[in-house]
Amino acid sequence: MVVRQQARDGDGLFVSGHRACHGCGMALAVRHILEATGKDVIVVTPTGCLETFTSPYGFSPWRVPWIHHLFENGPSVATGIAAALKMQNRQNVRVLVIGGDGGTFDIGFGALSGMFERGDDVLYVCVDNAAYMNTGGQRSGATPTFAATTTHPPGTLSKGKPELKKDLPRIMADHGAPYVATASVGYLRDLRKKVAKAMTFHGPRYIQVDTPCPSGWGFSSHLTLEVGRLGVNCGLVPIYEKEHGRLTSVRKIRKRVPVESYMKAQGRFRHLLSMADAKTEIERLQAIADSIVQEYGLLVQSEKRSA
Amino acid sequence: MRSVEVVEGSEAVALAVKACRPHVISAYPISPQTHIVEALARMVANGEVSAEYVCVESEFSAASVVSGASAAGSRSYTASSSQGLMLMTEVIYASAGMRLPFVITGVNRCISAPISIQIDHQDAISLRDSGMIQIFVESVQEAYDAHIAAFKIAEDPGIMLPVMVCMDGWILTHSYEPVYFTDQSAVDSFLPPFKPENFLDVDNPKTWGSYAEDDVLMEFRYSIHKAMQYAKGRIREIFHELSILTGRDHGGLIESYRTQDAEIILLAMGSVAGTVKEAVDMMRSKGKKVGLVKLRCFRPFPHEDIWEAIKGARVVGIMDANFSMGSEGAVGLDLKAKVCGRPSAPKVIDFIAGLGGKDLGMQSIEWIAQKAEEALYRDEPQIEPCWVNLNPAIVD
Repeated sequence: MVVRQQARDGDGLFVSGHRACHGCGMALAVRHILEATGKDVIVVTPTGCLETFTSPYGFSPWRVPWIHHLFENGPSVATGIAAALKMQNRQNVRVLVIGGDGGTFDIGFGALSGMFERGDDVLYVCVDNAAYMNTGGQRSGATPTFAATTTHPPGTLSKGKPELKKDLPRIMADHGAPYVATASVGYLRDLRKKVAKAMTFHGPRYIQVDTPCPSGWGFSSHLTLEVGRLGVNCGLVPIYEKEHGRLTSVRKIRKRVPVESYMKAQGRFRHLLSMADAKTEIERLQAIADSIVQEYGLLVQSEKRSA
Repeated sequence: MRSVEVVEGSEAVALAVKACRPHVISAYPISPQTHIVEALARMVANGEVSAEYVCVESEFSAASVVSGASAAGSRSYTASSSQGLMLMTEVIYASAGMRLPFVITGVNRCISAPISIQIDHQDAISLRDSGMIQIFVESVQEAYDAHIAAFKIAEDPGIMLPVMVCMDGWILTHSYEPVYFTDQSAVDSFLPPFKPENFLDVDNPKTWGSYAEDDVLMEFRYSIHKAMQYAKGRIREIFHELSILTGRDHGGLIESYRTQDAEIILLAMGSVAGTVKEAVDMMRSKGKKVGLVKLRCFRPFPHEDIWEAIKGARVVGIMDANFSMGSEGAVGLDLKAKVCGRPSAPKVIDFIAGLGGKDLGMQSIEWIAQKAEEALYRDEPQIEPCWVNLNPAIVD
């Protein structure tokens, strides 16, 4: 029987017909990522939403060679492919991992760290929807503070996830990676630019893309880009680049919004807005955003003065 | 290098792998496997092997690296033992399912707990159902030859499965034996470069590792089984072809030793087979009609070949260096499943022998043969396995 399937016809490298939910930020991100890489890439995708909605046997939207192997080994499979390409003198072909936050922050983190420590020539893009959405929205290391997930639900003793989101871009930059960037589907041109730039570097590179998830985060499917932009403009999702560990660019916030506006736009924070005693939590989340804004210098000068 | 030299078992394996010209080698240290990958690392460092050698942070990644390399169309190799093989388990299942034909040396060692670095076959047996072909070897020479065959078996277009060469730790990896080496040109003619029909190719993009449901998943599993069944014939042929090339014949899927007229047949895998052969000779000299079936290929399970060898015997005593808790040894289970119910089948008794490196000398083997013979004079079948050399002072 046929073990590998042929991609279907269509425009672009990631074509229609996949099974993502309406308004999926991840599907949108992937199309733009591949637009920026061009066709000479081999894509590895660890288990997760992306793998599930793009690979039901007999259907494939991938018009680049694509491989899914397991959940926690995307980086190592990519390393193996890169090693093989080197031995085969196929230097024109690059290796790209596109994985979710579960496979990247949590279960695949050991392999990711190993790959960056070795310095393998792989671009790793994490399409971050901030929970295990493929299995119904469980808490991951990427889930933001106080978001409700099915495994950390709000309750009489709980206000959602109490811990901070793991700062993975910082950790990857601290591995000495030549290029680390963050992006959001709220700003697709910026995403394409960063992917294209990452392709000019060799060695391990990391891009983390905030990909809002209508069904998991609880918003209408036509608001994906807007929720993405709210995340950026409230300060919780900083957009920046680091080259060889040094911050080289940030996306300034022109019109800052309070985190409460970001929270109101989504179901995953609704419990805090309706809880009478959640004022300190909302303030804490605002303080987290403020410290991010300050650390990366995200405000334009005039607002900095008035603040 | 001269064509015969006294080398350590691990070095012999590394030299066999070198002769197979792998593109990608990836490994993580674990005793008693480590000498093999150290030797390969040295060969790569000295330019004797042209390969990418990837040092990884876990066995899980080692198996994943060779899977990725294999999918990209490169011959690839890894090795591990015990806990390392357990950690690779998920990767090996997936790689068999995706038909990625790398070769792995499974240096046999027992599984925790208690933690121990002594040998038995529990690690390899735990991968029994993965879809990986498993070949057990008796000697360093057989290990050397089997690795060269393993790549050809794995990469056969009708097979395309990972192959594990299982060799007992310490006894084989760390002992020095004279080993006859095969000329590079002979290996090259036997094993041409890996040119798979499918590989990750930007000019012919395909989707690998799809999600499947009830409409095809069972068919995927069946196709692996079919490849395993087909592999039985190819493994016989490939071993035969190699034996003509090298002048060394270790047998096919099994090796039969003095089974022709044997009434009692012992069945064993791995290095213990050497001792069993000695014990068979010794018992023969005392007039006992004993023989040995050495199981070389455990997966696919060659019950047809075993049947041909044992059908004239009265009793078969299996020496299982592994145990399925709450049941019995793996080879015992397989053989009983395939033999019981055949008309005039010999009695089959499973002996659990040599777990955690428990010594199996000539006397123990004679005791096993004796126990097997005694069972012939009892009417009731021997259902429960018989534990060999268990210390009653400890277990009672």
